[in-house]
Amino acid sequence: MSVDATAVTTSRNPAWARRRRALHHFARQFWASRPGRIGLLLLLVFVALALAAPLLADRSGLDTAVARADGVPQWASPSEHPPLGTDYLRRDVWAQFVWGSRISLFVGLAATVVTIALGSAVGIVSGFIGGWTDSVLMRVTEWFLVIPFLPLAIVLASVLGRSIWNIIFVIGVTSWPSTARLVRAQVLTVKQRLFVDRARSLGASRTHVVLKHILPNVSGLILANATLAVPISILTETTLSFLGLGDPRKPSWGKTLVEAFENGAITLRAWWYFVPSGIGILLVVLAFTLIGQTLERIADPRLGGRR
Amino acid sequence: MNAAYVTKKVVGAFSTLLFVLVINFFLFRVVADDPFGSLLRGSRVPTDKVEQLRSDFGLDEPTWKQFVLYLRQTAQLDFGLSFQTRQPVWDDIQGKIWPTVLLVGVSAILSALIGVVGGFIAAWRRGSATDYSITSSTMVFYSMPDFWLGMLLLYAFAIVLPWFPVGGMTDLRSNATGLGAVWDHARHLFLPGLTLTLAYLGEYAIVARSSLLDVMGEDYLTVARAKGLRDVNVRRRHAVPNALLPVVTLAAINFGFVLSGAIAVETVFSWPGLGRATTDAIRGPDLPMLQALFLIFSAAVIFFNLLADLLYAWLDPRVGT
Repeated sequence: MSVDATAVTTSRNPAWARRRRALHHFARQFWASRPGRIGLLLLLVFVALALAAPLLADRSGLDTAVARADGVPQWASPSEHPPLGTDYLRRDVWAQFVWGSRISLFVGLAATVVTIALGSAVGIVSGFIGGWTDSVLMRVTEWFLVIPFLPLAIVLASVLGRSIWNIIFVIGVTSWPSTARLVRAQVLTVKQRLFVDRARSLGASRTHVVLKHILPNVSGLILANATLAVPISILTETTLSFLGLGDPRKPSWGKTLVEAFENGAITLRAWWYFVPSGIGILLVVLAFTLIGQTLERIADPRLGGRR
Repeated sequence: MNAAYVTKKVVGAFSTLLFVLVINFFLFRVVADDPFGSLLRGSRVPTDKVEQLRSDFGLDEPTWKQFVLYLRQTAQLDFGLSFQTRQPVWDDIQGKIWPTVLLVGVSAILSALIGVVGGFIAAWRRGSATDYSITSSTMVFYSMPDFWLGMLLLYAFAIVLPWFPVGGMTDLRSNATGLGAVWDHARHLFLPGLTLTLAYLGEYAIVARSSLLDVMGEDYLTVARAKGLRDVNVRRRHAVPNALLPVVTLAAINFGFVLSGAIAVETVFSWPGLGRATTDAIRGPDLPMLQALFLIFSAAVIFFNLLADLLYAWLDPRVGT
C-alpha cells in the first residue's frame, strides 16, 4: 500500500540513495555539534571575506606610490584613516587584512592538498601492500616524523628560495607523515573486513578493491585529518614568513606581522598594524580546528567521549 | 623492557640521525648544483670569496668523498666558519645554548605542570563551566602564532605598561652581581617565558584531559569506588597515576624541542639564544650556521624521542616486551 518515495528510489538506485542518506545523516550529526557549528560559521565569514576582497578594500591601498600621491600619512591611526589606519609605507592596513586572507587561506588549503595526497598515497600503499614495501615506507615515515618539522621547513625553504609555491611544497613535504600513519592504520583494519575478502573472492583486482572498498572507508578519516592539517599549514606559513622566508610579493597575514615587527610598530604603539592580522590567523585556525575535531568525532565515534 | 626492544629503539634513533646527516649534506651541496650560488642569490658576496668557499668545502671532489669528509668533520663538531662572524660555527653556537635551554626549559616545565593540572581538573569536572572555560581558553592559545602572542605581551607589558624590559637577557647598563643579577635575569625572562608557557600549555591540557577521561571509563575505578574509597582517593591513587602515562611521554618528547622550540619567540624578545641565531642565519644567509643548527635541533629531538620510548616502556610494562 504505502510505497513511499524513498523506497522507490532505493530500489532503482540503491547506492545513490544510500549515499544521500549517509550525507544527510552526516550533515545532521555535524550541525548537532556546537563547536562544529561555530567553526563552520567562522570559516564561512572568512571565505566570504576572501572572495569579496575586491568589494571590501581597494587593492590600490596596498600601493605606496598611490598612497603618497593621495597624501595618505604614514602610521595613521584608525581614527585618522578608517577603518584600520596605515603602516610605515602609507599602505592601508584594512586592505592588507582583506587581501591577506586570500593568501593565507590559499597557502593553507594548497599545502594541505599536498600533505594529504602524499600522506594518503603512502598510507594506502603501505597498509594495503604490506611486506617489505610497508617496512621501507614506515621507516621513512618514522624518520620524517621524528625530525623537527620547523627546522626542516626552514632549511628547505632557505635552499629553495622565497616563493609562495616553495612554501606550499615545503609544508607539504614536511607534514605528510602523521597522515600516512593514520591512513595506514585505518587501511589495516578495513582490510580485515569481510567485504574486502568477498570482493577479492569475486575476482576484483587490487585497484578495484582500493578504489571501491578501501578508499571510501578511509575517506572520512582523511577528510577529518585534512581539516586538521589546514591550521598547521596556516601557522607554518605565518611562522616561515615571520622568519623571513615568506614570498616578498604576496601580502599574506604573516608578511604583515613581520613587517610590523621589523619596522617598530610595537615601540611606536601602532597596535592597529599587528593586531588585525593576528586575530585573522587565530580565528581561521580556530575555525578549521573546531570543524576538524567535529569531523574526526563523526568519522571515529570511539573518540566521542573524549572531546 | 627487554634488550631487543632497547636495541631496536637505539638503532632506530641512529638511523634517523644518519638520515638527518644525509639530508643536511645533500640539500646544501648537491640538490642545488651550485649551492653557494643559490644561497647567496641576491646578496653581494665577492666572486673570489665564493671561489674560496668552494675549495674550502671540497666541492671539486666526488660526492661520496665529500660526504665522508662531511661526516668526519661533523663528528669533530667542525661545522666550518660562519659567513657572518667568520668564527668557527661551533664557537658561536656554544654560547647560545644556555640562554635557550634556560628560557625553553623553564617554560616547558611550567607549561607541563599548569597544563596537566588544568587538563585533569577539566576532565574530572567534565561538562561543567570550569571544563568549558579551561578547554576553550587552551584552544585559543593553541590557535595563535606563538610569536604574535609574544608581540601582544611585549606591547602590553613592556611598552604600554613599562613593567618589563623590551628584550635581551640582561640589562647591559647594570653591573649587579649575586641576587641582583638573578633578579635582572628573571625580569628579562618573564615575558618570553610567559609567551612560551601559554603557547605550550594547550597541548598538555588537551592530552591530560583526554587521558584522564579514558582512564575514568576503566573498570578498576568502578572497583575502587565499589570498595568504598572516597572520591579524592579514587582520583589520587587510581585515576591520576594511570592518566599520567601519555603526559610523561609528551613531556619527554617536548623536551626534545628545548633547543628549537623558541625560534620565532626568541626573535621577538631579542633573546640571545639558538632561535635568534637561526633567524640571523636565515637573513644572512649563513649556510654553515643553518646547517649546524638544523643538525643540533634534530639531534636533540631524536635523543629525547628515544628517551620517551624507553621511559614509556619502563613505566608501562605492557609495552616493550
